[in-house]
Amino acid sequence: MRRFLEGPYAGVLALAILVAVLPLALPSLFYLRIAALIGIFALVVVGLNLLIGYAGQVSLGHAGFFGVGAYAVAIGPTYLGLPAWLALIAGAAIAGLIAFLVGRPILRLRGHYLAVATLGMGLLFAMVFANESAWTGGPDGMPVPHLDLFGFRMSGARTWYWISGVSLVIGAWVAANVIASPTGRALRAIHDSETAAQVLGIDVARYKLIAFVLSAVYAAVAGAYLAMFDGLVTPETAGFLRSIEFVTMAVLGGLGSTFGGIVGAALLVLLPQVLTVFQDYEHIALGLIMIVVMIFLPAGIVPSLAGLLRWRRS
Amino acid sequence: MSMLAVEGLGITFGGVTALADVSFEVKPAEIFAIIGPNGAGKTTLFNVISGLYPPRQGRVRLNGEDVTGLPPDRLARRGLSRTFQNLQVFFRMTVAENIMVGRHLHERRNVLAHLFTLPSVLAQNRATRAKAENLLAFVDLSDLADRTAGSLPYGALRRLEIARALATEPKLLLLDEPAAGCNPVETEEIDNVIQKIAASGVAVVLVEHDMKLVMKISHRIHVLDRGRTIAQGSAADVRNNEQVIAAYLGRHGQREAARAQD
Amino acid sequence: MAEFLQFAFSGLTVGAIYALVALGFTLIYNASGVINFAQGEFVMLGGMVTVFTHAAGVPLPLAALIALVVAIIVGLALYRLAIEPARGASPVTLIIITIGASILLRGGASLTFDKSFHSLPPFAGSKPLMIGGAALLPQSLIVLAGAGAIVIALWYFLTRTLSGKAILATAANRLAARLVGINTNAVVGLSFGVSAAIGALGGILMTPITLTSYDSGTLLALKGFAAAMLGSMGNPLGAVVGGLTVGLLEAFSAGYISSSYKDAVAFLVILGVLFLMPQGLFGRGGMERV
Ligand SMILES: Nc1ncnc2c1ncn2[C@@H]1O[C@H](COP(=O)(O)OP(=O)(O)OP(=O)(O)O)[C@@H](O)[C@H]1O
Ligand SMILES: [Mg+2]
Repeated sequence: MRRFLEGPYAGVLALAILVAVLPLALPSLFYLRIAALIGIFALVVVGLNLLIGYAGQVSLGHAGFFGVGAYAVAIGPTYLGLPAWLALIAGAAIAGLIAFLVGRPILRLRGHYLAVATLGMGLLFAMVFANESAWTGGPDGMPVPHLDLFGFRMSGARTWYWISGVSLVIGAWVAANVIASPTGRALRAIHDSETAAQVLGIDVARYKLIAFVLSAVYAAVAGAYLAMFDGLVTPETAGFLRSIEFVTMAVLGGLGSTFGGIVGAALLVLLPQVLTVFQDYEHIALGLIMIVVMIFLPAGIVPSLAGLLRWRRS
Repeated sequence: MSMLAVEGLGITFGGVTALADVSFEVKPAEIFAIIGPNGAGKTTLFNVISGLYPPRQGRVRLNGEDVTGLPPDRLARRGLSRTFQNLQVFFRMTVAENIMVGRHLHERRNVLAHLFTLPSVLAQNRATRAKAENLLAFVDLSDLADRTAGSLPYGALRRLEIARALATEPKLLLLDEPAAGCNPVETEEIDNVIQKIAASGVAVVLVEHDMKLVMKISHRIHVLDRGRTIAQGSAADVRNNEQVIAAYLGRHGQREAARAQD
Repeated sequence: MAEFLQFAFSGLTVGAIYALVALGFTLIYNASGVINFAQGEFVMLGGMVTVFTHAAGVPLPLAALIALVVAIIVGLALYRLAIEPARGASPVTLIIITIGASILLRGGASLTFDKSFHSLPPFAGSKPLMIGGAALLPQSLIVLAGAGAIVIALWYFLTRTLSGKAILATAANRLAARLVGINTNAVVGLSFGVSAAIGALGGILMTPITLTSYDSGTLLALKGFAAAMLGSMGNPLGAVVGGLTVGLLEAFSAGYISSSYKDAVAFLVILGVLFLMPQGLFGRGGMERV
């Protein structure tokens, strides 16, 4: 029992329960809509955490993959006649493939170099989405058709709450699986000492690539969800600021904590709703959060709170 | 057949010649010590052998096969493992997890199975954990298995690195100052551990400044000074070599070394 | 031929600015090992502060001076408030901190100023000189001359003044520098101040040609970084050569291939350097110590 509570699956179970009961507590569709958005962003962060929090590799370009997913469900049905669900799968696969191809050269880089290379990659994606107007509608973006599953139309806050919530639980479960496996141990080892990891036989490039591809797929699926939920996609979906938002969510909640990532996503989605002035100050707030958390709370909110609890108990 | 053969190894950094024309061979079950003053090139030699630095001249052979320039993870597959003078512990992982990482090459590495935690993954995790616990018992760290490695005292970390290196089941083990910073009791323990490892057939290359330890357990000793070999032979040969005394041991060291052998 | 010259002129002009950004990266990197992702924001500040103080009626030279001072203060504050408190942190932490600073400065600029594009009047008229059939704007000459002067001044500062030598010594060996009595923290602070000044000057020089806005820093940082990497990170001469090269590549690809993807050139340069010459043009191939 003790082992289960401290293991990775207790959090997943708690999350599943939360997702199941939350709609009972939410007073209106408006809140359900926000909860759906939180689920979508949290999905990205859970994936990104595998890369940044566990493997210790920064990406400043994940909005690019988010955009690939979003544009896939716009372009696939509109121009290629694909059903939306197939376009979603194709988008995730394409994002994974791109991550694989781009990741091979750039993941040889450490620290700063990787950060800049991913930043450039993200900007390149945004550029393509803005420039190829014949396919993407250019800077104004394009409408996204509805998702139809088994003859039902997936639309509205309630439906998307369940889609994003269930996906988040599955995403967190998969992440917990990875972390508790030899792959997860390899990723964490790479984070602490690449040299020692290599000497123990870990193919460092391969494992970084695995984390990169996985996190890209998470981002693409979430991007597709957001596009279908909003019914519209624009190049901003894949913009630099989005990438920074993702990193801030991960950092704020706690790098290397799946649950922390979800809390970080929730806080950053909620903030603009609570504080309407936040919209004007969005950049400043993101920047300040990144700096202040890194200096004063480098572990992030959730791991710091957990540490405090453990300390109080003993 | 020698387990490790180093032939004419040389490397420079900027203007500094860190290694020049170093050659030796190590047989299975042998404890082969490399000694020399600070900056002699001992750690650099390990870095070249384990594939972290590409050598400028010379070859490295494992079991007769030329492995010069292979990356460290490939060398690990061929049975090479090592520890680090400036500890390279996975500080944020637990002690047991550190060792479990060392089992990497012996685990099935099918990522798809890991994503969905097939039952085989769980069984394997249990087996890896059991192996890790055995190794922790071997280096006397069982009590600390579930502590975060970062919270361990220095001497324990040295033994943790040895156990982690053993987890790969190496045929050749490079130990870089395993007793540095350890108290006499811990040093004694490490001494025993090394002898047991060699007795099991592993070729051990030992870099160490503790002359008592070196003289007591080494079968042969190789002396480096400023990247060059200045002597090689048994403990007695090396201890009485004038050049070695001048460059490294000093008179005091020589007496110390002599006492260790009795 | 005229076309070729035309592209070359514009490439060298923007390349000079990229070189200044790359120099800023280089200086801070050498002194502290930090890559300052807010480097592009210094350029943005140089341009934006000049534009707005000038618009408020301050004569141009004075406006430029004010912008320079503002950027230096921001640079020093960045060091003091965000970098120094995180001393000894991992590269990942420092990346996130400087990225945060970059976003913060963008946000500050969008609130203090606005979100549109701005320009300055050219410093010396807008009647182009015709050379071999290509038009060369006087402002381009000013950018090139100004960047050249900054490089020379920086060289003089680093090799002939005590503070400059302290920066070089710290870059060569931090520990040894501390042992001979250099206050390495002050040196890192100084490098932030100097980098901010170089960036701001670049911003002031280029604004009459390329326009500026609150968010122009990110792309500049990417391009400056590509330049620094091409010229081998940490090598000042390499930064200049790298900057001009990236500028030329960008101008020629915009001219001969497609202008909508000219901003992708920097990213391709980064990938190319990685694949073909990881040490950059002037790299000496150091090895990470283990
Ligand atoms: N990556 C590197 N870059 C530059 N110089 C290096 C590098 N690694 C080692 N050196 C230099 O090579 C020489 C040999 O160093 P090495 O660490 O191998 O010595 P050592 O014999 O292990 O010394 P100690 O007993 O102090 O551990 C030293 O002059 C050192 O400064
Ligand atoms: Mg050494």
